[in-house]
Amino acid sequence: MSVDQVAVLGVGMHPWGKWGRNFVEYGVAAAQDALADAGIDWRDVGFVAGADTMRNGYPGYVAGATFAQALGWTGIPVTSAYGACASGAMALDAARQRILSGMCDVALVVGADTTPKGFLKPNKGERGDDPDWLRFRLLGMTNPAYFAMWARRRIDLFGATSDDFAQVKIKNARHGLNNPYARYRKEVTAEDIAKSPTVSSPLRLLDICATSDGGAAVVLTSMEYARKHLSTSAGSADPLVKVAAISTVTPTFPNTILEMPNFATDSAAGIAKPDRGFKQAIGDSAYAQAGLGPDDVDVAEVYDLSTALELDWYEDLGFCGVGEAEKILRDGVTTLGGRLPVNLSGGLACFGEAVPAQALAQVCELTWQLRGTAQGAQAENAKVGITANQGLFGHGSSVILTR
Amino acid sequence: MAKAKLPAVEGWFTMSPSETTPRPQGADPVALIGTRCAESGTYFFPPERVMSRAPGFAGSELVEVELSTRGRLWSYTDAQYQPPEPFEAPTDPYEPFCLAAVELETEQLVVLGQVVAGVGIDDLVVGMEMELVLGTLYEDEDTEYTMWKWRPVAPATPGGEA
Repeated sequence: MSVDQVAVLGVGMHPWGKWGRNFVEYGVAAAQDALADAGIDWRDVGFVAGADTMRNGYPGYVAGATFAQALGWTGIPVTSAYGACASGAMALDAARQRILSGMCDVALVVGADTTPKGFLKPNKGERGDDPDWLRFRLLGMTNPAYFAMWARRRIDLFGATSDDFAQVKIKNARHGLNNPYARYRKEVTAEDIAKSPTVSSPLRLLDICATSDGGAAVVLTSMEYARKHLSTSAGSADPLVKVAAISTVTPTFPNTILEMPNFATDSAAGIAKPDRGFKQAIGDSAYAQAGLGPDDVDVAEVYDLSTALELDWYEDLGFCGVGEAEKILRDGVTTLGGRLPVNLSGGLACFGEAVPAQALAQVCELTWQLRGTAQGAQAENAKVGITANQGLFGHGSSVILTR
Repeated sequence: MAKAKLPAVEGWFTMSPSETTPRPQGADPVALIGTRCAESGTYFFPPERVMSRAPGFAGSELVEVELSTRGRLWSYTDAQYQPPEPFEAPTDPYEPFCLAAVELETEQLVVLGQVVAGVGIDDLVVGMEMELVLGTLYEDEDTEYTMWKWRPVAPATPGGEA
């Protein structure tokens, strides 16, 4: 089931940091950069999709309209999407559908966030029927506690060590050293990581991503529009990068992996669990849309909420067999210069998480990688890139870009 | 006057001795309350009350059941920093605690819970047998809010499964 392609004509980001300003500002800056990159005037955009933030009041719940108003109303239709960390992919998919259905030629997708310090936590109020509220109240289960449970599984099943996890952070810190959009641009040593305090065993502070402010935007167009546009303007979109897949899958019952914010897994008694788990299905769906497989991938941006989680993605996306992630990491396969560099942006290790912007930031980075114009670490001659990400409450997110 | 004991969440666990599910001698009178989809045989915890979430079994009856009170440790961690609100710290200053994910054999699902105080991260090993006990989540002036917790059945064997 190969799906028709759309073009990525422009991308833009606001640097990640702890700026403490209104998220709209970051989104608008990213949108203006993406439009300039595409060589497209805002008044020529036919659809706008916003990725929502839950931490910035009403404007955050209607992000599409918030950004459209800030850029200046032009009367175009709008949507706002929320899928936690996968919000950006959902908004991107809405834009793709508009274009593929012929309802518009040019769509703008924007996500931005301003995050408070410390653990991500639920909004205030007594909400005894909200599992996200209850997991904090009844268990004290923070996001890092879930990451730690998964990391412990790697230790128990595959003999992973804290030093393996540290190597992920060291690699990503090096990758992000010269990325102007990254928040942390500093080498990290194994000693730094070992000295950082344990948050949730076995994960230390430097194994876990921070929460950040940031914004990212993508301009998608129909293939026909892109070809015409590029023949008459000197845009920077050469070579032209295309969206070959956007996966926004949900789990299949019974989902037997513990997921945020749940208290329990589904039960496999009575109904057999699916052959492929949820995280594997995220990549499977993207590969199927693109008509490509793991062997075709040259570069990847995966969601390293924790160092150990990056290793899970290697296996879930088929970069190696189950239990082999530590080996391909140690062999340098996923490091710049390796066969399949992962998180050349520096990943969440260097960015920190700005929830609704993150899936779009992955697309921005891969666009630069495929064009050969990354300002930081640049893969050599990459033709196919894949992103992977997952939002709590069952949101998959994977995008495949080609050139 | 003794404080009133109230469950920290309504309808997810029982604090009464069971008439249907005999428990091991000396075990706490606590069990998680789940529901079972009568037609597919799958279980739900927290209990689904409206309809079965098993696709294709929307019309199936949901039967309330007590879940197994023992299982194997699937994974575990701890909370070295005080979790944010709405978590209520039972002690001041804050004392770190462990969290367990326990796999129940009959129900074929994994359930989270805090581990009882006094058990540290080094006392836990994946695969060890755990049992459900009744604990205190936090207290206010008049009330003790109870909660299910996990406890190792026997001490961990160093370097291997219990």
